[in-house]
Amino acid sequence: MPASHTAEHASHDLRHHFADMEQQKETATLGMWLFLVTEVMFFGGMFCAYLLYRLDYYTAWVAGSERMNIYLGTTNTAVLICSSLTMVLAVHFAKLGNRKATAIFLILTIVLGLGFLGIKAVEYHEHWVNHEVPGPNFHFEAPKPGASLQYSPKNVEIFFSLYFAMTGLHAIHMIIGVGLLTWLLVRNARGDFSPYYNSPVEMTGLYWHFVDVVWIYLFPLLYLIRHK
Amino acid sequence: MSEHAQPTVKSFFGIWLALLVLTAITTAASFLELGPFNAIVALFIATCKASLVVLFFMEARHLPKITKVVIITALFFLGILLTLTMTDFMTRLLGR
Repeated sequence: MPASHTAEHASHDLRHHFADMEQQKETATLGMWLFLVTEVMFFGGMFCAYLLYRLDYYTAWVAGSERMNIYLGTTNTAVLICSSLTMVLAVHFAKLGNRKATAIFLILTIVLGLGFLGIKAVEYHEHWVNHEVPGPNFHFEAPKPGASLQYSPKNVEIFFSLYFAMTGLHAIHMIIGVGLLTWLLVRNARGDFSPYYNSPVEMTGLYWHFVDVVWIYLFPLLYLIRHK
Repeated sequence: MSEHAQPTVKSFFGIWLALLVLTAITTAASFLELGPFNAIVALFIATCKASLVVLFFMEARHLPKITKVVIITALFFLGILLTLTMTDFMTRLLGR
């Protein structure tokens, strides 16, 4: 980019403590990734708890995992992958300065994000009706003596506790993501973004994709491990 | 950064398609009885998908070195968390 070109457009977008737009952008990206490192450790603790209990109570994990609705889980994975595509396209068009296309893809991302949360709510409802929510109403049939899969219903309750903790934390991140996207939509309509300044769109994109990556691991660990 | 070519819309759709195909494969594979390999296959495919998202959607390929170091730090500390916990757990298991 020629310097004279950036100067006029970027003057009001450039914070005074940065040398130029590129340095400002690199700083924002570094900061966002540092935040995502803390998020990796946040979710990492839960994955670690999952791993330990799974090793100890493997048969209970299989019994719990069999109660997951694999079709809704797969659909939700696809929905989230589609939302990552629309997010990446929103960032792409924000960088090109195409406000209309940015708005369309931000809206599509919001719709897909809400779709994911809706399907998740249907699944939670199914678990509620089936008495699979940990607590006083939790009820899980004990295996018959001599059945091939022996487990303690108490340990299946631990599986469901971790299931709700992990998917719940993920869902909270999705809700925050939808909030951020709505904020971007308002700023985009206001004309805040240009080919010279679009960091908020790009950083929200990083966050959204990170939440997608967390689900990419949650899905096989909770839904797909059904065999002894 | 203007040194590298901007990714095209077409390439985003390519990655998206690959992610959907991998999702279909991992769900289909879960219906097969592979013993301990079920978990290995599922986690291997998940790691492929996560890598595609991080490298292409999150543009991790074109980041400055310092940011790449930060990403590797995340993996490093996650590795410490899991390996040291497992070391403790597995050695206790042997003593039982």
